[in-house]
Amino acid sequence: MKSFVFPEFRIIRDEAKCGQCRGCERQCAFGTHTYDPVQDRLISDDYKCAGCQRCVVFCPKNAIEVRPTPSPYRANASWSREKMEDLKKQAETGGVILTGCGNDKPFRVYWDHIVLNASQVTNPSIDPLREPMELRTFLGAKPDVMEVKTDKGDVEIRTKLSPNLVVETPILFSAMSYGAISYNAFRSLATAACKSGTYFNTGEGGLPKEMREKFGKCAIVQVASGRFGIDAEYLNCASAVEIKVGQGAKPGIGGHLPGEKVSAEVASTRMIPAGTDAISPAPHHDIYSIEDLSMLIYALKEATNYEKPISVKIAAVHNFAAIGSGIVRAGADIIAIDGLRGGTGAAPKAIRDNVGIPIELAISSLDRRLRNEGIRNRCSIIAAGGIRCSADIVKAVALGADAVYIGTSALIAMGCNLCQKCNTGKCNWGICTQDPRLAGRLSVDIASQRLANLIQAWSHEISEMMGGMGINALESLRGNRDHLRGVGLYEWELEVMGIKGAGE
Amino acid sequence: MEFKITMPRKRRELYNKEICACSIFGAMNRDGERFTGAGVMKAIANMHVRGNGLGGGFAAYGIYPEHKDYYAFHLMFTGGSAEARMAAKRDFDPYLYENFDVVFDEEIPHRDESTVSDPPLVWRYFVTPNKKGDDAALPDEDYIVAKIMHVNTQIDNAYVFSSGKNMGCFKGVGYPEEIGEYFMLDRLYQAYTWTVHGRFPTNTQAWWGGAHPFSLLDTTVVHNGEISSYGTNRWYLEMYGYACTLQTDTEVIAYAADLLMRRQRLPIELVAKILAPPIWNSIDRMNEKEKKLLTTLRMVYGPLLMNGPFSIIIGQTGKMIGLTDRIRLRPLTAATRGPMFYLSSEEASIRLISPELDSVWTPNGGEPVIGELNNIA
Amino acid sequence: MAMAHNAQPQLLETTGSGESMDAVEVDATNLATKELNDRLRELMLSGVEKVVLRNVCGQRYIGTRLYTPEHRKMDIEIYGTPGNDLAAFLFGHNIRVHANAQDGVGNTMDHGEIVVEGRAGDVLGFSMRGGKIFVRDSVGYRTALHMKEYEDKKPVVVIGGTSQDFLGEYMAGGIVILLGLGGKPHKGNFLGTGMHGGVIYLRGTVDKTQVGGQVDISPLNDADKEIVDHYVSEFVQRFPDLGIGKEEILKSDFIRLSAKSKRPYVKLYA
Repeated sequence: MKSFVFPEFRIIRDEAKCGQCRGCERQCAFGTHTYDPVQDRLISDDYKCAGCQRCVVFCPKNAIEVRPTPSPYRANASWSREKMEDLKKQAETGGVILTGCGNDKPFRVYWDHIVLNASQVTNPSIDPLREPMELRTFLGAKPDVMEVKTDKGDVEIRTKLSPNLVVETPILFSAMSYGAISYNAFRSLATAACKSGTYFNTGEGGLPKEMREKFGKCAIVQVASGRFGIDAEYLNCASAVEIKVGQGAKPGIGGHLPGEKVSAEVASTRMIPAGTDAISPAPHHDIYSIEDLSMLIYALKEATNYEKPISVKIAAVHNFAAIGSGIVRAGADIIAIDGLRGGTGAAPKAIRDNVGIPIELAISSLDRRLRNEGIRNRCSIIAAGGIRCSADIVKAVALGADAVYIGTSALIAMGCNLCQKCNTGKCNWGICTQDPRLAGRLSVDIASQRLANLIQAWSHEISEMMGGMGINALESLRGNRDHLRGVGLYEWELEVMGIKGAGE
Repeated sequence: MEFKITMPRKRRELYNKEICACSIFGAMNRDGERFTGAGVMKAIANMHVRGNGLGGGFAAYGIYPEHKDYYAFHLMFTGGSAEARMAAKRDFDPYLYENFDVVFDEEIPHRDESTVSDPPLVWRYFVTPNKKGDDAALPDEDYIVAKIMHVNTQIDNAYVFSSGKNMGCFKGVGYPEEIGEYFMLDRLYQAYTWTVHGRFPTNTQAWWGGAHPFSLLDTTVVHNGEISSYGTNRWYLEMYGYACTLQTDTEVIAYAADLLMRRQRLPIELVAKILAPPIWNSIDRMNEKEKKLLTTLRMVYGPLLMNGPFSIIIGQTGKMIGLTDRIRLRPLTAATRGPMFYLSSEEASIRLISPELDSVWTPNGGEPVIGELNNIA
Repeated sequence: MAMAHNAQPQLLETTGSGESMDAVEVDATNLATKELNDRLRELMLSGVEKVVLRNVCGQRYIGTRLYTPEHRKMDIEIYGTPGNDLAAFLFGHNIRVHANAQDGVGNTMDHGEIVVEGRAGDVLGFSMRGGKIFVRDSVGYRTALHMKEYEDKKPVVVIGGTSQDFLGEYMAGGIVILLGLGGKPHKGNFLGTGMHGGVIYLRGTVDKTQVGGQVDISPLNDADKEIVDHYVSEFVQRFPDLGIGKEEILKSDFIRLSAKSKRPYVKLYA
């Protein structure tokens, strides 16, 4: 059937600069550029271009420009170009439109409507370059009371403490599975996490055996609905175990790793045959109600000898504060909440763009709900879904989160340009692909250094912002909504987030 | 025990936090000999320039020996007019009589001619708990705290601002020396510990309830500084049943002290390490045992860390405790002379009432300095 | 209020100089800060060069309001406890306190000398740009914060006892000497944090975890030793009842704390 869809990107090549080195041809896995030996020039097929900018960055002559094409349709506020073309594709194929990355639609970004406080006169701001600024925090359950026995100055702690993760900065790497991303990308995340005093999350893909000894201590391993790669050794080599109930990009539905991406190594780690589609069912088929979740949580605690905190990851949807409360009462030590803008390697676009609620609204209402029930101490909250900069992190903590997970940010640090073609397995940057030719392009040394740089830069910026507020410990920022004000928000939005408007 | 906070929430978190810059002073006779408030009034007047006349207050221990077995509730009935204040008292009295046995009550004596502005009706009641039904199982003090929280949140214009045995707070809008004169503290009362506060609030809408000291049962707090972690501290304390209604950040210190010292029975040395813990760099270098203790304290009680500059004096029956924030952004000078133990924002005030001193020092940030009665009766 | 204004100037003999000079006594009892400083300025403008203040209790900014375009100089002795910001912005006068001092001594002082027969509080010599301060006992937090120097204008602070945290924070110039007399160990932390100029000479030792990341610990060279010798002599002279001589003080080992770099934070920014 002839396609009626227009190309999204146009390649403009400066023929005078181009030296016909064919580098762009080698760089592009989509087959956009081909060399014509007769004319001795490179020919580009706009229809194939994903707009990932790889050829542009790597052209030694800077001869290529890749630009989004302007919409060829008459302006129509309801029938946008994207709506029209998605419709046409479905008419052509009868299939579900898949995509990668996170929600790109213009839902309000609340981070950009919240402003921070600074101290003046009545309270000195603290200079993080000179005075200690503490970002260390603990993720896990805390007791309500700490009982001690004192004997002539010697203090003995009597309360039994739950296991907690210690992070030196409130930034953790979000779950991105080996399979969805390449081995090198996965290993870069692990390396950077260990270097920066934080943790990475294995996602549903398991943790390859050769990485367990070195990186296990910085790993949060996931138990997802497909139960891939899970054995007792996997659980015990890590620092925490996370039950994945849902994720922000595709709440309510399962995951689908296409067979093309299930290479031999992926298969061995996930313990499924190579080349098969790796399906994660929508629910955990042993969790049909909250008491089943409680049973799984305690099963994992038993399996890990009660030595590791158990986290439950849920997507932020409508009644999730009640679900969150249930999860805490079911015994979870950490709740990870993933908002509307969470990313993914592959999801149906309709689900990605339409299901879920923004994380900013979610954090506050979950925090408040748990406090109203008096159980906020029993878990830590990790927020995820579109954290783009250090200011977002400060705001997230002030709204009530203990820490944040970054996914998309980490990928961008490694080179991703959000072309949203992750589901094809043809990532030219070597990140979201299993093709060894492509995956080999990502150097673990360089990528892990870039990730560690990012964490360092953001940690320092967070210190600066906290210092400006007159706070020198992250513990004093958590839930401290007094330091936030909203700008350009409706009354109900201020209400949900529990913050005042600027000037109030 | 589950607490339900029934604080009326207007829209969102529209509490207004007032900011305190001020002077504090404390004097204790560790032999338990009692003295009038004249000396401390003089001392705080000497630091007059640190305040702006918009608040002052005193806490005194040992002032009601003839009623020492009863809880002395000091009530403030506010409102725009004398009628409004009487109305508030009429709303309060039945609630009190239903839940407590009232042994004796009267208006707190004060001078009429004075420089304080728009004083509320201030009354004292000597009571014991009258627990009925489910409440009978509660320990006295938890019962009293719950009732006080109810009064402060549910009965308009009525505030319990002092509730311990054989002690009391006196406070209001005015310079502290004026408040002292208004309540005749130099003539009518003798105490073995006095703590005083002079205020410089930056919110001009000062009100009598917002002055220091803040107290709950026999714990009183006077505070110089601003708590930048107020929002976090408040959220945590509300889970345990403490309603922060008095619109001043100092309230959280009083409630934190009550929670940690009375309910959770932690010794003051550990409480100081919760409110003003050492920096992680120092903790990481300590020996294993200390490191584990301090790490655990910070992990469990992180939300009670008091961030921001502060120096505070906490008063309790038989004790007076001074503490500053962990990087000592606010001053505190401690001194002793024989049985007398002094704490002050400035040394000069101590010298004014005791020109000779045995020792004078400024305690390290985050380290409490504790004065105790030599013979605890 | 009443007393000081009616006081007659009293004649006192002074030691040291051959001439007899008038030293005026001022009783500061019940005087507010402004009234006391009014009186001091009046006396200076009327030509008085020596003043003794008695019963000082908490009055602030003593010595601050004494700048004149002709650069007059005054010697002031203080009995009692002076209040905060003693000799703030001092422009050339000499002040001796016969007791402890409070916070802010010598705040942004330009030149002159302050001697304290006792201890001092926090932020002594904050932003000091010249002149000298001698304290017999110990000091509080943040001493010599952002002290500065320019060419031959170098401020000096000598402390007989120990210091609490953040000594020499953000120091950009000048000399601080910490003697630790009386055998008490140095327990202050974060010494020299943010230091990018100037030098601290410390008698005794500190652990490298006690100093800021920008600070270098090294032994004294000959030029350093001369400087220390000079100022320790002046210190001993200022406190004749000290009970320990210069030779004995200098017998102990000193260490030198100085900035590793003039631009300690250059690598921080993208």
